[in-house]
Amino acid sequence: MQRIGVFVCHCGSNIAATVDVAAVAEAAKSQPGVVFATDYTYMCSENGQNLIADSIKEYGLTAVVVCSCSPRMHEATFRKVADKAGLNPYMVEIANIREQCSWVHKDTEIGTPKAISLMKTAVAKVNLNTPLQEGESKVTKRALIIGGGIAGIQTALDIADAGYKVDIVEKTPSIGGRMSQLDKTFPTLDCSSCILTPKMTEVAQHENITLYTYSEVESVSGYVGDFTVEIRRKARYVHEDICTGCGLCMTKCPSKKAKNEFNRGLNTRTAIYTPFAQAIPNVPVIDTEACIHFRTGKCGICAKNCAVQAIDYEQKDEIITEKYGAIVVATGFDLIDLKPFGEYAYNLSPDVVSSLELERILNAAGPTSGHLQRMSDHRQPKEMVFIQCVGSRCEDDRRGKPYCSKICCMYTAKQAMLIKDHYPDVNIHVFYIDVRTPGKAFDEFYRRAVEDYGVDYIKGQVGKVTPQADGTLLVHGVDMLDQKVVEINADMVVLAAAVEPNPDIRKLATMLTLSIDNNNFLNEAHPKLRPVEAATAGVFMSGVVQGPRDIPETVAQAGAAAIKVVGLLAKDKLKTNPCVAQSDELYCNGCSVCQNVCPYGAISYTEKEVRDHGVRDTRRIAQVNPALCKGCGACSVACPSGAMNLKGFSNRQIMAEVDTVLCQ
Amino acid sequence: MTIEEANIREEVLLICGCDVTRCMKCGKCSASCPAYDEFDIKPHQFASYIARGDMYELMQSKTIWNCLGCFACVERCPRDVRPGKLIDGVRQAAVRRRGGTHLQPEDIPSRIDPDTPQQLLMSVLRRERK
Ligand SMILES: Cc1cc2nc3c(=O)[nH]c(=O)nc-3n(C[C@H](O)[C@H](O)[C@H](O)COP(=O)(O)OP(=O)(O)OC[C@H]3O[C@@H](n4cnc5c(N)ncnc54)[C@H](O)[C@@H]3O)c2cc1C
Ligand code: SF4
Ligand code: SF4
Ligand code: SF4
Ligand code: SF4
Repeated sequence: MQRIGVFVCHCGSNIAATVDVAAVAEAAKSQPGVVFATDYTYMCSENGQNLIADSIKEYGLTAVVVCSCSPRMHEATFRKVADKAGLNPYMVEIANIREQCSWVHKDTEIGTPKAISLMKTAVAKVNLNTPLQEGESKVTKRALIIGGGIAGIQTALDIADAGYKVDIVEKTPSIGGRMSQLDKTFPTLDCSSCILTPKMTEVAQHENITLYTYSEVESVSGYVGDFTVEIRRKARYVHEDICTGCGLCMTKCPSKKAKNEFNRGLNTRTAIYTPFAQAIPNVPVIDTEACIHFRTGKCGICAKNCAVQAIDYEQKDEIITEKYGAIVVATGFDLIDLKPFGEYAYNLSPDVVSSLELERILNAAGPTSGHLQRMSDHRQPKEMVFIQCVGSRCEDDRRGKPYCSKICCMYTAKQAMLIKDHYPDVNIHVFYIDVRTPGKAFDEFYRRAVEDYGVDYIKGQVGKVTPQADGTLLVHGVDMLDQKVVEINADMVVLAAAVEPNPDIRKLATMLTLSIDNNNFLNEAHPKLRPVEAATAGVFMSGVVQGPRDIPETVAQAGAAAIKVVGLLAKDKLKTNPCVAQSDELYCNGCSVCQNVCPYGAISYTEKEVRDHGVRDTRRIAQVNPALCKGCGACSVACPSGAMNLKGFSNRQIMAEVDTVLCQ
Repeated sequence: MTIEEANIREEVLLICGCDVTRCMKCGKCSASCPAYDEFDIKPHQFASYIARGDMYELMQSKTIWNCLGCFACVERCPRDVRPGKLIDGVRQAAVRRRGGTHLQPEDIPSRIDPDTPQQLLMSVLRRERK
């Protein structure tokens, strides 16, 4: 028989206002095994903790029930108290009489009996608790970053500077992400490449960082501290270790008609290419769909011209396997598809461009060498219209996203000012719903566009953009403040398209068992208190993959993710959760049901000789890998023979709780 | 808002089934409306008028008679407020208050053109008999 102590918390008035805490303690005294029961204002305070520790010693308690807030809040606190007082921490049970009782009821008549019932349930369970021992697992002192945008770059640098090894897996031929496509950046208007390129170089040269560009994560197994990851290094057809980056192959390549993704398809590139001049690594890849050699077996000009014989048409994808202690997901974003927005004529006119296309047009290394031009006739526009919130704040999920994309109000003001700086004669009109510019020096930035640069902000959405015979675009909208129709004959229209997470995140989320929200953004372990950790231990997030944000915010978050990784890698061993599943070999009939339901692949089978009622028999029996098991309990529910039990939550314990609730 | 206006509002919301609190005043409806200049109260104002309960003003507006029922606004509204339906609802509330407009099933045969599609009859009947 256990010797149980019951401790009822007032939580100030949080619990005491709707639960007669003294009555709960009094009722506890007559429960089986209970030798001591009391109530106290704040069980989690130092005095409260001492009360528990002292009682454990004074009454020789073998088990403790704390009637308080949710176990998510303080289970760890009270387990620590027990541990310090010499009691196995798994002999502590929490009866949640706050979130599940006092907070949901208004009067004591309902609150008190329910709290008593919850207390009795916990006592019934703890009577069957057994001491459990935490295991230990090792920590591989190497981190993996998936995605080499500014988020991934900064996280990698911070971890590497702290002295740990980091690998970056980047899908495209170069790191840099969206930031490498931007011209200048708000709010200070510094040139994007000028601040990004040094960081990219630092990554390339850092002794602790290994770069896998043009690579993707193929599979992930293992758990916090000990992940095993397969990385597919796609064939570049150029040997990274031999290529000197002279670029001769690119100038000689006769296949020049491939769509230039980096310039958002506004111009073309050669079949052998680096996405942009400052690419890291500065090693080209061959686009086999565009390459004449891969299509017809002829050409081969690049190989002939390469002075160091770096080009190898026979190169194959390579899979490498690497171990990591922590993984950071930083796969960033793209803009939504603008085709469904027929009213803005994006498909009809090359002079209707997305905001990111405009960044490329404004960029000196872009398709127009930085000259503001219409893509149709290369004329410089005189009248320009920007349309805000295209697909953002839109409940229609066939084409839009319900959230505010957060960055577009600011980048539109930026783009408008950059244009006005170089082309003061261009008239710029911005159709907006709200101008959202919270942030340090942000609203001042936007006001500068209005007050110093004369950008015309019009409150109201655009109804229709109609291409005219003379090549202009008739923009029809209303000014909601003047209640007047506004019609503008624009030369160019820019759409501030909503951002969305890179669609790859769905595949990665499955591999890493991460949870994503309705919009495919990664969910944090806690939106306020654990904002860079995923619910899966050992996995962290950085950048727009978690939600729309600008560069300063991304960099700050990257640092936060890095310190979490460093905190993990600094440990030599991790404690493992002992509440894992275990199969009883006498009951198990090897049916495989548990293996099919286990989301973490923790269950395998072995042939085992067992003695059942004196009879020797060889049986197929389920075996749980405690390192992989997350204690979700799916198997114990699914097992038709009742062989699978979760330690700390055994079928007997759960039935004891159910019986107690039902038999009152 | 008078009690009568509160009742009218309830009736209008029942007819159209729209949620006016979802309107974010973006103006997309007005910008999509081909009859905008013929309106004294603009489509994007309907949600706030109804939220405030200024039902008499809406019922006396030119808008409810000039709306083409093209539903461009319904199609384009990013928040699914469907302002065209709001206008439709106010118009019906106004029509009902003129009296004598309730159609009885037995009156129909004597009034219809034999080419009138069956669906139209059904939809009119459903609408007017609420
Ligand atoms: C038009 C426009 C203008 C902007 N202007 C500014 C500005 O002036 N100032 C400012 O502060 N912010 C600006 N921003 C925002 C800025 O671009 C973002 O804040 C920033 O790029 C976010 O970085 P990230 O690393 O999170 O994402 P990204 O830059 O998208 O990087 C993600 C990286 O992950 C890679 N990746 C994706 N999937 C995989 C995969 N499965 N495996 C491996 N790698 C993968 C991608 O190839 C990419 O390299 C602007 C954005 C836009 C659209
Ligand atoms: S072999 Fe392919 S990549 Fe090389 S030059 Fe010819 S077309 Fe270009
Ligand atoms: S940041 Fe501005 S333009 Fe972008 S979605 Fe939000 S309100 Fe619209
Ligand atoms: S339904 Fe009426 S209010 Fe809506 S767009 Fe058509 S005419 Fe305008
Ligand atoms: S389009 Fe919809 S959300 Fe926008 S103002 Fe009109 S009713 Fe409101």
